[in-house]
Amino acid sequence: MTTRKFGAPIRRNEDARLLVGQALFVDDVELPGLLYAAFLRSNVAHARILSIDVSAARARPGVVAVYTAADLGSYWAPGPLLVPPPPIAGIIFNQRTQVPLAKDKVRHVGEPLAVVLAESRYLAEDALADIAVELDPLPAVVDLEKALTNASATVHDDVHANVAAHLRQSRGNYAAARARAAHVIARRLLYDHGASSPMETRGVVAKWDGRADQLTVWDTTQAPVFFRNGLAAMLGLSERQVRVIAPFVGGGFGPKIMLFYPEEVVIPWVAMKLNRPVKWIEDRLEHFFATTQERGQTHDAEIALAADGRILGVQDVFLHDTGAYNPYGLTVPINSQCTLLGPYDIPNYDSTFTAVFTNKPIVTPYRGAGRQHGVFVIERLLDIAAQELNIDRAEIRRRNLIPPDAFPYNNEIIYQDFAPLSYDSGNYEPILDKALELIGYQKFLAEEQPRLRAQGRHVGIGVACYVEGTGIGPYEGAKVQVQANGKVSVATGIGTQGQGHFTVFAQIVADQLGVAVTDIDVVTGDTDQFYWGAGTFASRGAVVAGNAVNEAAIAVRQKVLKFAADHFECAEEDLEIADGQVSVVGVPGQAIKLGALALKANPMRGAVRPGTEPGLESTQYFGPPSGATASGVHAMIVEVDPQTFTLEVLKYVVVHDCGTVINPLILAGQIHGGVAQGIGNAFYEQLVFDEDGQLLNASLADYLLPTALEVPRMEIAHTVTPSPLNPLGIKGAGEAGAIPVGPLFAQAIEDALELPGKKIELLEIPLSPNRLFELTTK
Amino acid sequence: MTADVTTDSHDIAVTVNGTQYRRTVEARLLLSDFLRHELLLAGTHVGCEHGVCGACTVIFDGVAVRSCLMLAAQTDGHTVMTVEGLASDRDHLHPLQQSMHDCHGLQCGYCTPGILMTMKVFLDETPAPNEAQIREALSGNLCRCTGYQHIVDAMMLAAERLRG
Ligand code: FES
Ligand code: FES
Repeated sequence: MTTRKFGAPIRRNEDARLLVGQALFVDDVELPGLLYAAFLRSNVAHARILSIDVSAARARPGVVAVYTAADLGSYWAPGPLLVPPPPIAGIIFNQRTQVPLAKDKVRHVGEPLAVVLAESRYLAEDALADIAVELDPLPAVVDLEKALTNASATVHDDVHANVAAHLRQSRGNYAAARARAAHVIARRLLYDHGASSPMETRGVVAKWDGRADQLTVWDTTQAPVFFRNGLAAMLGLSERQVRVIAPFVGGGFGPKIMLFYPEEVVIPWVAMKLNRPVKWIEDRLEHFFATTQERGQTHDAEIALAADGRILGVQDVFLHDTGAYNPYGLTVPINSQCTLLGPYDIPNYDSTFTAVFTNKPIVTPYRGAGRQHGVFVIERLLDIAAQELNIDRAEIRRRNLIPPDAFPYNNEIIYQDFAPLSYDSGNYEPILDKALELIGYQKFLAEEQPRLRAQGRHVGIGVACYVEGTGIGPYEGAKVQVQANGKVSVATGIGTQGQGHFTVFAQIVADQLGVAVTDIDVVTGDTDQFYWGAGTFASRGAVVAGNAVNEAAIAVRQKVLKFAADHFECAEEDLEIADGQVSVVGVPGQAIKLGALALKANPMRGAVRPGTEPGLESTQYFGPPSGATASGVHAMIVEVDPQTFTLEVLKYVVVHDCGTVINPLILAGQIHGGVAQGIGNAFYEQLVFDEDGQLLNASLADYLLPTALEVPRMEIAHTVTPSPLNPLGIKGAGEAGAIPVGPLFAQAIEDALELPGKKIELLEIPLSPNRLFELTTK
Repeated sequence: MTADVTTDSHDIAVTVNGTQYRRTVEARLLLSDFLRHELLLAGTHVGCEHGVCGACTVIFDGVAVRSCLMLAAQTDGHTVMTVEGLASDRDHLHPLQQSMHDCHGLQCGYCTPGILMTMKVFLDETPAPNEAQIREALSGNLCRCTGYQHIVDAMMLAAERLRG
């Protein structure tokens, strides 16, 4: 028996192509006769459109066409609602989705008004300056609380007071819990997320083949199948006529999901209309306005505690900035609402949110997808409770953890997948113990901190817990096929943006079919290779598609054994599959290569018996009943310079439980990257809008992504509580790293600067040197 | 009449990865666009086109430069190396590339070519770096996926391998 590949730190199949510069990204697609698109975008946040004159642009040499909303005719329509609101009593949801090109009104800076098609990108951008636009500016809706007043301008004329949605969810009876509480703490907390900023911006290339009546679209999408289906419907084509390819994609993190962005909708239409291939590549400035982001929530939260620090209940009322449109439904605020509960047993919970339209870019999930906001609220409340009740910060968490015998644990509210928020499995205390041990919690507090403080150094420690709902449905599928050359191909419908799918799926297949991981060729993100699927989001790729790959590989294994048993005229039990061949155990020389067997399974003479299929292949689907819940604890020791308020992270520990681990090397990479984004969110990245809805720092020189100097070395450890919801026992891990970093920073910085003694609390994220200066020096 | 940036052009002869190219280029054509779309050396990526992210880094006469901040016309008579010049093919990776593979130093791989170019020059000049020096050298290249740790590990390993 060869060693198991599942669980091993296998190096990635996809690396070589990327390392030598031969991986195809969307902007690498070159086609004869290619036209280049540039979009004219609104430079104000809110205005009525009086006129758009494109005649001068059309006359410029090299310009082939210029279109506005009026030219789109009946193709012009608001985009689809991608995630409908959950069916919960009393819910209010006002659906307003983005449009291909603005008509009548612009609702955020960067909203596209017109598209220029020219023989080069340079010429297309030149021609933007030729377009004359007359706008009648309206007051911009920026502040969430003001937006809800009668005096506010309205982003959508027919949506009163800018209420995009309103939803209350509760369990138990918070009022009763509060009445018997020994201690109640209420605070206002602000959490602002940011721009996902993948290093590759978005891009679309579309080609219409008039001879074949076939449209091909290369798109930086995380969900090619879903996008193919919607696009075909919009263009009046059948799905079969549209091929969407998400080739190598340079990072996604959420906003590259199937948004039906204006450019994704307009470019294919132009390619068909002009019968020429068209390319549009977003530039970094556009990315700050035209790609969705995540932003702020304002929470008024209250926690009711017993004298021993046990949580009796939590009440939370929050405002959520959804931007100018809400195509992704309520996923982000529902994640905030649900994830606030964390790994804690909170018997009474009452949470209400109002989502607010503003004249800012659209908000949709970005890695963490609202979970950060909720985790920040509960973790900060527990820190304050620990302070006020004089209980150790780690200890108050420990006292409230859901015990291991309480799973599955039903939180009695509805999650983003419309299923009850139920934790499938978990064992939280060992995670906390391990994190405390690795960071040296007791020793730091008892010895190191006093010693360093005596030297005048400002060092602090933090510890924060979280859970993450992952791996939600509906389903994914996979086709596994043995090729005649003995290699195995695997196709799935999800897109991939660096998660290592080419390797982890190969590992799953390798164990079933006894083939080297490097001989397994995984295709993702091409709708002509795999027809069905949903996409890569919500930390679900490995869980849902991974299990589909496993089912298909098992089915192929069964076929292999059956064919080989016929071939050798032996029992299946006498066969062994390893090293790319099937052999009869104990009979030297009795072996057949998988490729040869695949050829035999596709005979040129004789009939394929009824009930059997040619070839060694299988397509299988997997849909989990509900999401799998991962969990973890981060701990950090930080030093703050009291003069400049710059930070140095002295130690960072992650202990994580995402069930069975497929590839620890890739998992570590996912966590490292998540933490780095969390650090950016906590202390460096902030989208700064002025009162006119203008983003003041729309460049990578001003919106600060962490560099190798800001991201510390991390120590990672795992505990393993397999998920009972899928045969492989895996839980998602894509977002976990990013989720608890905000409260961890706030807590550790407070400790370092001894702020609790000064009655100063850090109740907002992001922080920054400037903000710390403001908050700590009145 | 002043020169029209949209039509003014230059004849250039530039050596890229050992091959000499003669082309006529618009005065305003960025080196990054020239490499990617005229020479079809698409391994050089652009992430920002304003000189911040480092994805477009190439080696110009032995110096790591941002190809989005240079014009193609400026390369006349000079030598450029891109990621395509590091290895002859996928089966013969340069020690830098091999170390990135061994340490899982790339995820989406979009930042990777720029990082390889930056670090090639750095390791040529600093054959025995410590971690702090590597992080300093890396700090002009943004990566949104990896959190840098595995890249740093890869560079330590590459330095060791290159020293032999
Ligand atoms: S593309 Fe040149 S530095 Fe970012
Ligand atoms: S690997 Fe994706 S940006 Fe670096």
